[in-house]
Amino acid sequence: MMGSENPGFEESHLSASREEMENLVLDDPLTTTTATTNNNSYSSFRSANSSISDAATRHPLSPPVLSTPAESDPLLSPPVFRNPNASDNNSYIEPPSYADVIFSPFDDNSANEINRVDSTSHDLDSSLTLSRSSSSTSDYIKITVSNPKKEQETTNSLVPGGNTYYTYLITTRTNIVDFGSSEFSVRRRFRDVVTLSDRLVESYRGYFIPPRPDKNVVESQVMQKQEFVEQRRVALEKYLRRLVEHPVIRQSDELKVFLQVEGRLTLSMSTDVASRMLDGAVKLPKQLFGESTAVMAPHEVVQPAKGGRDLLRLFKELRQSVANDWGGSKPPVVEEDKVFLEKKEWIHDLEQQISNASQQAESLVKAQQDMGETMGELGLAFIKLTKFENEEAMYNSQRVRAADMKCLATAAVKASRFYRELNAQTVKHLDTLHEYLGLMLAVHGAFSDRSSALLTVQTLLSELSTLHARAEKLEAASSKIFGGDKSRIHKIEELKETIRVTEDAKNVAIREYERIKENNKCELERLDKERRVDFLNMLKGFVVNQVGYAEKISDVWAKVAEETSGYAKDSC
Amino acid sequence: MEQQRSLSGSSQSPRSPSSQPYLSVSVTDPVKLGNGVQAYISYRVITKTNFPEYQGPEKIVIRRYSDFIWLRDRLFEKYKGIFIPPVPEKSAVEKFRFSAEFIEMRRRALDIFVNRIASHNLLQQSEDLRTFLQADEETMERLRSHETGIFKKKPADLMQIFKDVQSKVSDVVLGKEKPVEESNPEYEKLKHYVFELENHLAEAQKHAYRLVKRHRELGQSLSDFGKAAKLLGACEGQVLGKAFSDLGAKSEVLSAKLQKEAHQLLMSFEEPLKDYVRAVQSIKATIGERANAFRQQCELAETMKLKEINLYASCHPFIMSCYLLAVASAYFDQL
Repeated sequence: MMGSENPGFEESHLSASREEMENLVLDDPLTTTTATTNNNSYSSFRSANSSISDAATRHPLSPPVLSTPAESDPLLSPPVFRNPNASDNNSYIEPPSYADVIFSPFDDNSANEINRVDSTSHDLDSSLTLSRSSSSTSDYIKITVSNPKKEQETTNSLVPGGNTYYTYLITTRTNIVDFGSSEFSVRRRFRDVVTLSDRLVESYRGYFIPPRPDKNVVESQVMQKQEFVEQRRVALEKYLRRLVEHPVIRQSDELKVFLQVEGRLTLSMSTDVASRMLDGAVKLPKQLFGESTAVMAPHEVVQPAKGGRDLLRLFKELRQSVANDWGGSKPPVVEEDKVFLEKKEWIHDLEQQISNASQQAESLVKAQQDMGETMGELGLAFIKLTKFENEEAMYNSQRVRAADMKCLATAAVKASRFYRELNAQTVKHLDTLHEYLGLMLAVHGAFSDRSSALLTVQTLLSELSTLHARAEKLEAASSKIFGGDKSRIHKIEELKETIRVTEDAKNVAIREYERIKENNKCELERLDKERRVDFLNMLKGFVVNQVGYAEKISDVWAKVAEETSGYAKDSC
Repeated sequence: MEQQRSLSGSSQSPRSPSSQPYLSVSVTDPVKLGNGVQAYISYRVITKTNFPEYQGPEKIVIRRYSDFIWLRDRLFEKYKGIFIPPVPEKSAVEKFRFSAEFIEMRRRALDIFVNRIASHNLLQQSEDLRTFLQADEETMERLRSHETGIFKKKPADLMQIFKDVQSKVSDVVLGKEKPVEESNPEYEKLKHYVFELENHLAEAQKHAYRLVKRHRELGQSLSDFGKAAKLLGACEGQVLGKAFSDLGAKSEVLSAKLQKEAHQLLMSFEEPLKDYVRAVQSIKATIGERANAFRQQCELAETMKLKEINLYASCHPFIMSCYLLAVASAYFDQL
């Protein structure tokens, strides 16, 4: 992910040129702080933080806090980018304050810093960006994942000191009443997160459930432990935050238990695929030979066939889907909702465009990074040249030239720093594209919930018609025999029973299907609304960022041009 | 090497042809000639002068890159000790040989090269320069192909080349790093300065070139991003869609500006920097020649001394053998 790239390149570039950069005497007051500390963005945040208070009151772009983005175009609101009255640009440009601080991955204090910093930036975010939902701004829930600890597997360890795993401290702060308390923590391992995610997927069919972080089995072997744990910590935090952002899921019991109840996470039905398959394989012969009812219980109907224990049902639905695709006749019920089908097409298109845009965003970020690096290297090369000229000067004119060259060199180094800052912010803004790609996965999940529910309905309907047909045949046959056929009548009775149960199952399945359809619809609406806000914020942030830093950089060069304007006049 | 430099590349228009002697040249009009591997660029060289030795007030000839190299080599041989203006190098990468930008950069550099020669008090008198500026194309071709290769060296020169190689090899074998240094400390200081300067300038130039590349890359990726934003905007509703397409449009404008900036950076910053690097390298070459000459002088002095000793020895054998013993032991001490 783009976010995790930053510490890497920051570190390597810093170590190469830190000493040289620190020796620079820079005049600009804002950048002196960044020069003396190791260009830790945290300090630049702090220095910008002081200007936040003035900024918050008279930020030219601050829209009303509770705004509905529907009619007015927020991007058209006060377009005064060039404020002729503000001679100092410090108050206008607070790009560092828009986003979270970049932290060093191996810093133990980073978690605390993030906690502190996050709360301030949260307030800032709400005042400078459009808020997602105008009604529930009073609701507040904030999750932090921190403090990874290595722990021992206590049970079943044949090898002494064998299985170790990491746990993470998950802290929740909230003012939502349902949770019972306003701040609580719990220690969880990744396995618990997988369980939570699986349960949510089962319970919330049709919803856009944020995808959980990958298991990254390969990476966990290959990467350095520290790095991997940190990467996972970041991913977990992102995931949990997305979960609580979801208006429906944040109220789920599973999530509540996960966040509050210490100890092994045992949400119902937590068994893995293999054991489920095994159960199914055991049941299958009985089902086939009629010993147990070859019929679905209503509570099973509301779950998809895949991943369940009922292999027979799996087989039936598979047969139905093949019949749908290849069979001559139309299935009993189809997806009719034209609006939905159009939406589906459109989502597919949107996903492609988002994917494309996020790729281009990544190469833009890389280009900006390269630019900053090369600019810095050029500056350093000129500084060395300046030093050399000063030391070896035989004529005074050389010293004069050297002084001018130094202006150029320090300007280049300053510009290089600005590029790096610009880039760090750009990453944060354009990350929205990445996030929505992840969300597309959730959308796919929701749509496939819908189609599998439909398939269940179709299967049951087919089965019903088959059963009815069989029943008719039996009745016809038995009515020919005078006085009835004991065995046939018995069979008819059984069949009628089966039909009744299947009818029930069918009704449940249809209700489930309708429910999922409704969920899909709500979610699509929510996606539209939130996406609009998120994308507008992204664009705004990106553009303001670019403008701000472009101004800063051009000021640097303008100053140099002025200082060395003598040369231009001479050669004219 | 203080010269008037016309950065725009257009010909220096001579001042009013009054009694002031002037010689100004312009290199223009690059044209690709020939086919395939043998294709090359020819330039039009226009000379405007009132020097009496020249055939007239204006003369136009067609020259190619190797002709310029010929001129530089001739001047380097004939005017030892003078810093000869540098020529642009051959293209390292084959495929850029005929790119418009490369051709333009080369044309400018060649123009500057000839004009520097033309403005130099000594060099402007050179007969080779006159040949270069006036001879017809066939003569030029003959001269050019005749002068290349080892065949142009006279036997005495060849001997000298072997000797140089010999002494270099023996220096390396005996562990001596540099040839005999001159005893002039100011000159040594200057020499050291020049060598160091080349390193610094070359590094600066390297980064300048990379910066040009970065500008181009940033321009390109901004343009790609803009296109992607536009496509994304097409999916979205009115407000959002417009925002995206505005972003896309502006990105493309910016991208064009960046490409222009890259070009400016190349022409106005990187190329002049490269010119300085070449100039310093040319100075180094002249320094090398001086060192060669100095070493030759030392060797000849030594040879002369030995010959004198031989002469003396043949007259006074006993004294001579004592002396030789002393010299030999001193020599071995030195080793």
